Amino acid sequence: MSVATPVATSRTSDARRETKRRVSGGFLTTLTWLLAIGFFFPVAWMAMTAFKQENQAASDPPTWFFTPTLDQFRAVLEGGTMVYVGNSVIATGISTVLVLLLGVPAAYALSIRPVQKVSDVLFFFISTKMLPVVAVIVPIYVIAGQLKVLDNIWTLVVLYTAMNLPIAVWMMRSFFIEVPGEVLEAASIDGAGLMRTMRSVLLPMVAPGIAATALICVIFAWNEFFFALNLTASQAATVPVLIVSTMTSEGLFLARLSAAALLASLPVILAGWIAQKQLVRGLSMGAIK
Amino acid sequence: MSTSTIDRLEGSRRAARSEASSRPISRAEAWRRRGPLLPALIFTVIVTQLPFLLTIWYSLHSRNLLRPESDLFVGLGNYLDIARDSTFRQTALNSVVITLGCVLVAMVLGIVLALLLDRPFLGRGVARTMLITPFLVMPVATSVLWSIALLNPTYGLFNWALGLFGIEAVDWTSTYPVIAILMALVWQWTPFMMLLVLAGLQAQPKDVLEAASVDGAGTWLTFRLITLPHLRRYIELGVLLGIIYVVNTFDQIYLMTAGGPGTASANLPFYIYQRAFLGFDVGQAAAMGVVVVIATIIVASAALRLIFRSFEVKE
Amino acid sequence: MFRPPRGTSVRARLTAATAAVALALTGCAGAGAVSGGDGEQIVVAIVSNPQMQDAISLQDEFRAAHPGVDVRFVSLPENEARAKITASVATGGGEFDVVMISNYETPMWAENGWIENLQPYIEATDGYDAEDFVPSVREALSHDGDMYSVPFYGESSFLAYRTDLFEQAGLEMPANPTWDEVRELAAELNAPEEDFSGICLRGLAGWGEVMAPMTTAINTFGGGWFDEDWNATLDSPESREAIETYIDTLQTSGQPGAATSGFGDCLTRFAQGQSAMWYDATSMVSSVEDPASSTVAGKVGYAPAPVAETESAGWLYSWSLAIPSTSEHKDAAWDFVSWMTDKEYIKLVGNQIGWERVPPGSRLSTYELPEYAEVSEAYAEATLDSMNGATQQGAMTHEVPYPGIQFVGIPEFQDLGTRVGQQMSAAIAGQISVDEAIAQSQRYAETVAETYQAEEGQ
Repeated sequence: MSVATPVATSRTSDARRETKRRVSGGFLTTLTWLLAIGFFFPVAWMAMTAFKQENQAASDPPTWFFTPTLDQFRAVLEGGTMVYVGNSVIATGISTVLVLLLGVPAAYALSIRPVQKVSDVLFFFISTKMLPVVAVIVPIYVIAGQLKVLDNIWTLVVLYTAMNLPIAVWMMRSFFIEVPGEVLEAASIDGAGLMRTMRSVLLPMVAPGIAATALICVIFAWNEFFFALNLTASQAATVPVLIVSTMTSEGLFLARLSAAALLASLPVILAGWIAQKQLVRGLSMGAIK
Repeated sequence: MSTSTIDRLEGSRRAARSEASSRPISRAEAWRRRGPLLPALIFTVIVTQLPFLLTIWYSLHSRNLLRPESDLFVGLGNYLDIARDSTFRQTALNSVVITLGCVLVAMVLGIVLALLLDRPFLGRGVARTMLITPFLVMPVATSVLWSIALLNPTYGLFNWALGLFGIEAVDWTSTYPVIAILMALVWQWTPFMMLLVLAGLQAQPKDVLEAASVDGAGTWLTFRLITLPHLRRYIELGVLLGIIYVVNTFDQIYLMTAGGPGTASANLPFYIYQRAFLGFDVGQAAAMGVVVVIATIIVASAALRLIFRSFEVKE
Repeated sequence: MFRPPRGTSVRARLTAATAAVALALTGCAGAGAVSGGDGEQIVVAIVSNPQMQDAISLQDEFRAAHPGVDVRFVSLPENEARAKITASVATGGGEFDVVMISNYETPMWAENGWIENLQPYIEATDGYDAEDFVPSVREALSHDGDMYSVPFYGESSFLAYRTDLFEQAGLEMPANPTWDEVRELAAELNAPEEDFSGICLRGLAGWGEVMAPMTTAINTFGGGWFDEDWNATLDSPESREAIETYIDTLQTSGQPGAATSGFGDCLTRFAQGQSAMWYDATSMVSSVEDPASSTVAGKVGYAPAPVAETESAGWLYSWSLAIPSTSEHKDAAWDFVSWMTDKEYIKLVGNQIGWERVPPGSRLSTYELPEYAEVSEAYAEATLDSMNGATQQGAMTHEVPYPGIQFVGIPEFQDLGTRVGQQMSAAIAGQISVDEAIAQSQRYAETVAETYQAEEGQ
């Protein structure tokens, strides 16, 4: 890689550049903040709306100052909200664990000690993500009906695992491929078994990548709506279904919806906020170097 | 097909890695290697391919769920109908426009934001936190948030803000339905792209940048000659993942415009959904699904080839 | 190129992962505990409109009366609920013991044997007065003289208008307004520069959205979807005039965002005082007259649906409860269905929640309750009149070979109605011309008609 040829510089232009840099630095910082506020604003507005009464939520001009009320949260939380939350936790948690249990060995077999036709396998995995979910929902519904697993949380666990597994395999493989062969060879010369090699040598190295993968899986599973809508009824319904059921075709619902949406998004938002550094590090660790 | 391209890419990587893979491996060794892969592979095959086989079977039948007596084998009849269906073509075009539009705009914005965040300033962590939030909010919630709270012509915040500048209220979801959907999608996906690019920037070897700066290369020059080539793979991964997810967008279209006005903003998943859950025309919906899968695989293998070409150039 | 992994915080991250698993497991235990319970469990799928949400909030009353039955609700917005219920019932999915359907599905599903004949249950239940149901509704929910679903509420359509603004402007609403008169009044009161529209009409694509009011206009102008011999007639001169009138009224004096507004959008607009008139479902009153959500409560008058050639033009719609044949708890399901559609339930809502929240249009006796008469003074009569007038004889100029007023009671109609609705919606948005929309719609309707003409010919 070649770097631009040096340009002769004098002291005066250095000083001038320094001032310029400071000015443009201030400008860039301001711009960053404006953009950050702009991107965040809709979420903030949603949070504000959640504390309004319905007619304040849909007023023209918008209501900026109001007495906050917890009515909407109360309305959302009354009744069996915990069942929805419990289902979401199960579907998200267990499917993510399953994705890792299935995906880590698969990624290993596609990178460190590769099988034949790695590319075909990879292409197969990614091609399953191209199948539009809507095209298979009717067959899935019919099969689930015949297996008597409609409205069963394990159906969602299985589907979410299948939904996230291909991406997880791709991501983790790209982290694994970073691990230098010598390290593993050293371990195998030491006579360490496959499992031990994985546990003691490989996993610690790729842990940030796995954590990033898991977070992505959690986000997609927690937010998944279409399967949940069509395959659950009362026992297995998850949080996105709860959100949609606060919507009504008759009557105002924006404030209540905002409250539900805020509560529903909170776990993933918090997880994302807390783990953002790991996420960036995980993605940068290898992604595709 | 693209497999050969990936093979080449894999070949170069494997060669770099160890000699083990370049020498022929015994049968037993091949199976030992396959072992860890099989659970994931078998699971994926069963869960995704079984329903797809059933989809193909349905696509050869004329079957309407609402008329129990109707279930006729019609061969390729459903496919012929699709070939004649102008709405199908229009929604296919919408799919392309929405997917490419969202991914490209989100990527450009993502790069800009990532570059802005990559410099030290007060409260950088807070700004980054604010910027990633849209990706974390439930899409079901964001669709309603956009269509009602922000873009509604009567009490939407957006139009109120435009009104402050004396611009007349714009009825986004019916006048510019695709743009309205793109706004919500770009808003949601920009943070994802930004994170990927940010990851790329932070993996950038600082010494090279410093060298460039000492050499007096301007910011733009450094960016174009050093940073951008380095980011290339991160950008490609972002584009690939973005396309895979955005092409299947359903929630936003369903909740924001219901594909309308008319079918102006319907994409293929939404159109298929309507065939399946409004018309209950299982045969038609299945046939459309099959067509979409075939088309996507063709497009995707072309795209993958394009994307992976860079690896060969690099190595 | 390889960078050494940052080993220090790996442990912390693994701990976090363990915590997530632990959380998942505890969540599992928690949910397991919740889903327990003795006795029979029934699952009720309903549409999440305000009245239905009231029913959910009163479920403890049902539990008190039927301690052996554990009832669980699945409540979704109209479109989702309809798709889900239809898929479940048509494929025998069997998730639900009670489903909320309408007078569109009831006759067809009864014919297919998908839902239980409720007549024997009705007759075996003391004090469940089926004769008390509004006659037009009872008729619409029957198949071969037996009721297959029972109404939770019924609605017709009428024209709401702001009495205060009409007075200010020196205008008067005719006793039985015609579409031409409505169009003129709307133009007169329209003030787009103040973000105020003369009228609000649905424009959102969907057979239950724009096509409901538009079909009532088509009917009253003497047009229709199909004539007696299953010829598609959406491009007949009468249908065309109706469609043009509707779209022109909406484009010249209607609300902004017309092509994507449905009931909810018009409700918001009208309730915020930004529209002078609104032609829509009679069920609007529960929100329009509720001061908590409306700024125009008490300032609204109600006139019959706009007409042209016919006496009346209102539609007929009823959300009703049915029991799928696949249910394994039919008796318990009927316990719930009869509880939610009984006279006593009306009083329960009135006393516990408020009389303005009573589900209207299902039972005649509701209108004889003095408490209800008091709160519904402004609209009770208009509602009941519209409901009684909502028959094919009253709202159409000629006979048709299908059940339904604002819909065509055939399985293909959901799809056909939605496709035609998309065309109309596009015309309202100005993306295509009205002529194009009509021509395309006519083609859609002809395709459907062919099947039925072939059947007739046999």
